[in-house]
Order: sequence, then C-alpha cells, then structure tokens
Amino acid sequence: MPTVAPIDIDGHVLAVEFLNDVPYFVGAAGTIHRFEGGERVTEAGQGLLTCVRDGYSESLIVGGEDGKVQRIAADGSISLIAEAPLKWITQVASGPQGAVAYAHGKTTFVALADGSTKEFTEERTVEGIAFAPKGLRIAVARYNGVTLHWVGTSGAPVNLEWKGAHNGVTFSPDGQFVVTTMQENALHGWKLDPKAGTDARHMRMTGYPAKVKSLSWSAKGKWLASSGAPAAIVWPFQGKDGPMGKAPLELGSRANIMATCVRFHPAEDIVAIGFIDGMILAVRVADSKEALLRRPGNGAITSLSWSKSGKTLAFASAAGDCGIVDIAA
Amino acid sequence: MTDAVALKPIPVTVLTGYLGAGKTTLLNRILSESHGKKYAVIVNEFGEIGIDNDLIVESDEEIYEMNNGCVCCTVRGDLIRVVEGLMRRPGRFDGIIVETTGLADPVPVAQTFFMDDDVRTKTELDAVVALVDAKHLPLRLKDSREAEDQIAFADVVVINKTDLVSPAELAQIEDVVRAINPAARVYKTSRSGVDLSHVLNQGAFNLKRALENDPHFLTAGDDHVCGPDCDHDHGHDHHHHDHDHDHDHAHHDHGHDHHHGHHGHDHHNHGPSPIHDVTVQSVSLRGGEMIADRFFPWIQKITQTEGPNILRLKGIIAFKGDEERYVIQGVHMIIEGDHQRAWKEGEVHESRLVFIGRELDREKLEASFKACQAAA
Repeated sequence: MPTVAPIDIDGHVLAVEFLNDVPYFVGAAGTIHRFEGGERVTEAGQGLLTCVRDGYSESLIVGGEDGKVQRIAADGSISLIAEAPLKWITQVASGPQGAVAYAHGKTTFVALADGSTKEFTEERTVEGIAFAPKGLRIAVARYNGVTLHWVGTSGAPVNLEWKGAHNGVTFSPDGQFVVTTMQENALHGWKLDPKAGTDARHMRMTGYPAKVKSLSWSAKGKWLASSGAPAAIVWPFQGKDGPMGKAPLELGSRANIMATCVRFHPAEDIVAIGFIDGMILAVRVADSKEALLRRPGNGAITSLSWSKSGKTLAFASAAGDCGIVDIAA
Repeated sequence: MTDAVALKPIPVTVLTGYLGAGKTTLLNRILSESHGKKYAVIVNEFGEIGIDNDLIVESDEEIYEMNNGCVCCTVRGDLIRVVEGLMRRPGRFDGIIVETTGLADPVPVAQTFFMDDDVRTKTELDAVVALVDAKHLPLRLKDSREAEDQIAFADVVVINKTDLVSPAELAQIEDVVRAINPAARVYKTSRSGVDLSHVLNQGAFNLKRALENDPHFLTAGDDHVCGPDCDHDHGHDHHHHDHDHDHDHAHHDHGHDHHHGHHGHDHHNHGPSPIHDVTVQSVSLRGGEMIADRFFPWIQKITQTEGPNILRLKGIIAFKGDEERYVIQGVHMIIEGDHQRAWKEGEVHESRLVFIGRELDREKLEASFKACQAAA
C-alpha cells in the first residue's frame, strides 16, 4: 500500500489543491494550511464556503461568509477580488485572462483583469458557474436549466432548458458538452451543437441513489466520473454523442458506502475515489483494477487533488483528518 | 471531534407570521436573551434585526418543485445551500431559526427538512411557529390566504399584541385560530413576550417526543389550556432518521405536537367562526383499534389523492394486537409514522387523527377511517 502522511486540521476542510506542487488545505473556518517544509497558515476570513483552483495561474479562488471573493497566491498572499457585504459567496469560478466569476442571488458577476465587472442576471438563483475551456464564456446553472453567456461581447445568451433544479455545472474539456448536477439524484447533459439554429441535444444521466456533488473529467475528456453512489459512476464521452444510449462504468464499488469525491489523474485514465467513511481507492478505467490508497478515517472525503506529476494525491476530510498519499512509494 | 457534533441533528425552528406580527421582536429576543444557546438565523432580509450576530444569513427565497410529478413537493433551494454551509461548522450554534417573509408559504420550508437527504441527515425540524397579530388578524384573513396557511401549518401559534384588543375580541381571535388549527399549541402575549421555552426546542416534528408532550391530544372535553406554568416535559429521545434513499412520499420523520382542545374555553360563541374568510378546516377523527393492513393503504391513498389539500395531519393510532402506540404525521403527501411507546396500563386503546386542510370531505374521511377499525 502506498504511504500516507497524515495531516490534522481543525474542523471541516473544504478543499485541497496543489500550487507549484505544494498542497494547500482550505478549512471551512477560514484558514489555509500549506505544507512547504513546515506548515504555514494563512487566515482568509471568518468562514469559507467554496474554493476552486485557478486553472490559468498558480492560485486559488475562495468565496466566504463575509461576502468576499479572494485570490490566494502560491506564496500565501491574499488579494481581494470583490466584496458583497452580508452575502454568502457559495459559487466562484476562474477563467482565462484573470477573469473570476462569482454569484449571489440571481446575479453572476465576472471580475476582469482590467478591474471592470460584467453582470449577468438570471430569473432564478445562480446555483453553479463554469467557464468554457475556450473563449470567455460562462455557463450558469439555475432552476430549469443552464444559461450560457459570452462575457466579452453582447451576444445573446443561450438557454439550455431542462425542468428541475440544477445545482452545479461543468464543461467537458473540449467544450462540446455541458453537464449539470441536479437537486434530483441525476446529472443532465447537453451536447452543444455548433450549427446555428439547432437545439442542443439532451443527455439524461440518472439512477443515482444520492445527490451528485463531485464531478471530474479524465485528462482527455473521454470520461466523466461522478459521486452519488456507493461507487464512482463513470460516463463514457468518447463518441460524438457522449454517453447517450450507453451505460456508465461503476468503479470501486462498495456495499452501501457512498462515494463523496472523485478526481481523475492528470495524465492517465485512473480515478481517485473518496468515500463517506474516509476510505480512498484509485481505480484504473481500462480494467477496473483497484488500489487501496487510504483506509477509512474519521470523516467523509471532501476533496482530492493530484500533484502535476500524478505521483502524489492529497485528500481533505469533513473531520479535518487530511493527508498526502505517495503513490510512487 | 466534528463527527460527534454532527451525529446529533441540529434543531430548526421555522418562524412565520405576517408583516407586523412581531417576528423581528421575537427574533431579537431569541438572539439577545441569556438562555445559554446560540442560534444561526436565516432571514430573507436583515431588516431590523438589531443584534450583531455573525450567524445571520441573508437568503433569497427560492422555491423548487421536485421533479417527481407532485405539485405540492416543493423545497427551498436557498435553505439547502445555506444549511449545507452552516452544518460544516456545527459547533458554532445550537439551533437554526428560519424566518420567513410575511407572505411566505411555510410548506416548502418545512418540506425541505424532509425531502432533501443532506438536510435531513444533519438537521431536524423542531417546530413551525406562527406569530399572529391579534389586532389585524381578521383583516389579514380577509385579504390573504397565506395568513391562514401559516396558522394552519403551525405547531405553535403565538397570538401577539393582545394588549391592542378587548378581551372579547381576543377570545374571538383565539376561537378562529383554534378553528383553523385545533392541533397547535396556542399562546397569548403582547410585545412578542412569549416564554421562549414555548417556542424553541419543541420537538413537534419528532415522532418519539411527539404526543408525549401532549397527553391531551384531541381529547374530547379537554379543559386543558396552556398557561405559563404548563410545563410539558421534553424528553431528549431523538428519533433516528432512517436514510433509505427512496423518494416516494412515504416515510419521513415527524413528531408531533400539542393541542389543547378547542373546547376548553369559556367563551359563549361556539357557533361558526364569526370571521367568514376562513377556508381552512380541520377534520378530527376518533375510533377504536385499527387493522394495520387496512389503515396503511388507506392513509397512503388519502395522502396521495388528497395531498394537495392536506396541510397537516397528526394522529395517534391504536393497532389491534400492537402493544405500542403508533404516531403519525404528515405534510401534504409526505407522511411518516413510528411506534412511540407502549400503551400504559388502563389506557384506552383509541385512535385519533386530525386533518387540517381545504376542501376536505369530512363524511368520506370519517367513514373510510372507521372502515379501518377492527370489529368491536
């Protein structure tokens, strides 16, 4: 079994991400712990609600109970991007050219590097935001669907409708598919059709025993892994029609122990699966071969993150019993 | 550490009431009085909450219909999100209070605590408390359905601003409240001065605590009127949530409540309500021992077909051959039941059930309920 270096942090840990191969553990109480030689702690407010890694720079974007949207740089320094006093910021996303999107109520704000901010208002509350992989475009999840907005131009928004509450949204790495997590135990997907005037095609991905809270695309976008079942449910996206008409793989199945977090390896088709009891498995898609990375712990796995090389996996838990797994060992 | 805290569900109190009924005053009292408890408060607007509390969360009401073909299965999406955030650090508070806007329908708020698995496993709906402005209630009932719904749906009704009406008017208001909701505990006060122990930690939706708190539930000729000294023992026997993840409207948890008979007052106007704008009615049913194989299909069918018209249902059921009392509660189509305790020696094995709703067919309910009885 690979070696696990345990790290104990007080309370619920929201996220763990690598910046320059240093793991940053983001606590819900507002402290950010990075392990660079020794432990260094940065205070980023009284309470954090969400954290994403900026895919375009070595930094994290956090949203807090104090209404602040902040960027945490690799040296631990904090810069304020925006502030909405008295609002909880539960949704943030990072985009190209330093763009950061966040939302409260029915409005998504996109703060641009030049200091300007664009606003996009929906008819219902914004539940999730994602930047498209190409172009300055965002997808906003809301009740009854998703709205796509071009940030830089005044092009008309595109509405992708599907009845029900959509709580989260992601683009496939090639930008061809948009997938949402729903209040119901299901995912919903749309294939974005490049042909003008034709509607996006639907993909219903159902059958989950619980709400899906974690999604992860494989490196080349061939697979989409999801939590919400006592296994990672992995949908095939190789074909031009995505998973339509195809059954998903069930990887790392356990009896009644729910997977709470999934994260694909940065290069290979291997998915790390964190469970509600703290156990972590790595499973190869090709042959479903499983490797135990960590035995059950004190709390549900809330976040998993691979180092760039893919040789180290960091994990965070709801009880604060986090750690780093050395896969190469 | 965190796990130990997370295991015990956090109680949630839902505070409803029309604009001006005194919700903010009551909330400020809850936040400022020294009762040794800390509360996280979810409000629609900060408004006039004068207390500096870092656990006041502003949230836009966002009502989601569930995709299960049932129009009354609605939840508050914003609450799901806020509760998730709060429950990551449960050590910060002892309970959650949800203040609704004056016009809010309390049903989606309550249903959120039964229909969302994440919320259900971490929290427990404690009680729905409705504040009523004694002076303006007749007018409110005239111009809105929400005022009536709030009373009908409540476990605890606080008639506030009693100092602004005459004793006769107050008696009439109380009759109206009891006519709308015979199963609620009713308190009268002014300046939102109700004893907080009557509002918080009620266990009204907890089946185990359920009717334990209310030995007088639907008892005919009950003379019990709750006074300030009326000390109902609140056991701490938290009902264990059963997490089976099927989403049909069958089992959730509820507890129960209290009621003090609609009969216990000395007012002389026991005719129909003098306020003619009440559309909610209640149907109280009483019977002997029931056959489980008849009762369950019956209650399922009633709630499936009449669910949209049923705001609340509560009852104690005596099953033939069952040594324990069975308690049942429902909100629209969601029903839940559980054994509460063994029948005491000498206790009459009697079944009592109350429906609160609209367009209820009393005769049909009575006849079909009776048909579930075991032969005498």
